[in-house]
Amino acid sequence: MRNKLAAGASLFILLILLSAVFAPLIATHNPAAVDSRSVLTGPSRQHIFGTDRLGRDIFSRIVYGSRISLSIGFIAVGIAVLIGVFLGAAAGYYGGKLDMALMRFVDLMLCFPTIFLILAVIALLEPSILNIMVVIGLTSWMGIARLVRAQVLTLKERDFVAAAKVMGAKDSWIIFRHLIPNAIGPVLVSATLGVGGAILIESALSFLGIGVQPPTPSWGNILMDGRATLGIAWWLTVFPGLFILFTVLSYNIIGEALRDLLEPRLKK
Amino acid sequence: MMKHIIRRLLGLVPTLIGITLISFFVIHIAPGKPTDIQTSMNPKVSYEARLRLEKLYGLDKPIYAQYLQWVKRFVSFDFGRSYLDDRPVSEKIAERIPITLLINFSAIILTLVIGIPLGILSAVRRGKLSDKLSTIFVFIGFSAPEFWLALLLMNLFCITLGWLPVSGIASLDFESFDTCGKIFDVARHLILPVTISAFASLAVISRYMRTEMIGIMGEDYIRTARAKGLDENTVIYKHALKNALLPIITILGLSVPGLIGGSVIFESIFAIPGMGRLFYESVMARDYPVIMGVLSIGAILTLAGNFMADIAYSYADPRIRVTKDKKLS
Repeated sequence: MRNKLAAGASLFILLILLSAVFAPLIATHNPAAVDSRSVLTGPSRQHIFGTDRLGRDIFSRIVYGSRISLSIGFIAVGIAVLIGVFLGAAAGYYGGKLDMALMRFVDLMLCFPTIFLILAVIALLEPSILNIMVVIGLTSWMGIARLVRAQVLTLKERDFVAAAKVMGAKDSWIIFRHLIPNAIGPVLVSATLGVGGAILIESALSFLGIGVQPPTPSWGNILMDGRATLGIAWWLTVFPGLFILFTVLSYNIIGEALRDLLEPRLKK
Repeated sequence: MMKHIIRRLLGLVPTLIGITLISFFVIHIAPGKPTDIQTSMNPKVSYEARLRLEKLYGLDKPIYAQYLQWVKRFVSFDFGRSYLDDRPVSEKIAERIPITLLINFSAIILTLVIGIPLGILSAVRRGKLSDKLSTIFVFIGFSAPEFWLALLLMNLFCITLGWLPVSGIASLDFESFDTCGKIFDVARHLILPVTISAFASLAVISRYMRTEMIGIMGEDYIRTARAKGLDENTVIYKHALKNALLPIITILGLSVPGLIGGSVIFESIFAIPGMGRLFYESVMARDYPVIMGVLSIGAILTLAGNFMADIAYSYADPRIRVTKDKKLS
């Protein structure tokens, strides 16, 4: 059952990824095409998820929106992983004052309600897609840094590291070649969960009006677009929300399955 | 124990300084000045008037001087005055904070009351249907956009069914109620935000509880307890639960920033005049003193949460206290 669930989640993610890549082939309409003759029509054979107040096809907007929402998830997490792995490995390997300073900085960053920091930066700069990715990445690397540091701390005492040192390997070689590849398991779990988290943050930013700006469709802003007409056109709010829910849920299920694989204590 | 507490408290000071530094520079990296709104939009304002305004707010000084001035006032809990309505920032925050704390405390309690038993159930009936169902249930809460759930439930309960009030924290005729009626009125307004907030954080507590319980159930002392012939309930609730509950204290301490952050969303959607809403409004208006004030207070609340969790933990588990003190001294 566990595995079936994880397999289902992987399949769903695969479908979403494919539809993002092949959006022009899958979308039934032009996502930006305004059609004054079919404004706020419910799901029908022609528009399977209905249309919005400008007569745009919701299904096509969701398909194109997946490009934006998924890119934000991946790139934000990519940035977080880069920073986290690099700082965590440096702190764990060199120890001493550098470790103290870096971990203090991690503690500091963890004290901020993340959404406050993101909100402040995005609102004060401008809500471009790039800014959103970078700011989410810059505020979510701390957990990964801690994980990598802990892994490196135990790994560096192992014999194969000592052997590499004896053979005259440089620090950078040991860190990138021996330590990081061995510490990557928990990072993978964290990154998988992080993609879901970043998609949720983007939708929350859209809700606050400082997410991806229309007319570029993101799942968050399609959903928000339907807020005013929720009473008369439920499809505008329900469908994009379901896409966010199932995508984030799938990432969480996959992340949890990976964790079970990597955590021997939980195995029977 | 006292020594431990004092040492931890002193350790918070550099963290606090770091927090104010980061907040200050985050706010000031942005291009533009708050006076722009009052000046560039208004063609009648002369260049001299603009400089006067900047001087009044201290914005003409270099950034480190502005920071030092801010710190000087911060020590006496003076956060300056809001650019918007010239009211003291501390006063603005003080009137908003109780609402945010009330909602978050209620949400934490609701999360614990549901999450802990759910986690135990999942661990004890591991792999059975009830474990799977509760896992999927908490994962949905964790994965759904909170404001989306809020929108849908609001539409259902407040508009379609009309059972609950739509927004705010009190009815218009709030003052006419007696004490009991007032509590009931606020409770009715808070049901939805508190429930959704708890639903979202249920996964963290219940999954942690499950993992801890499963780990502990495999320990030797549990086998000993079973071998002694104790019945399963005593083993689970007396022997295993006590140790599994310990890490929950830490998790609670760590969840403070998330809860405070989440209040921006909840307070916006339910039109609740709390700290999150204040932060949003001040960010949108570039009201620097208020942004700084809320960021600092938020961080102080987080530090307080971590501190209390730490003390509670070392109170409950003497091993922590001893090893930590030894390492430090």
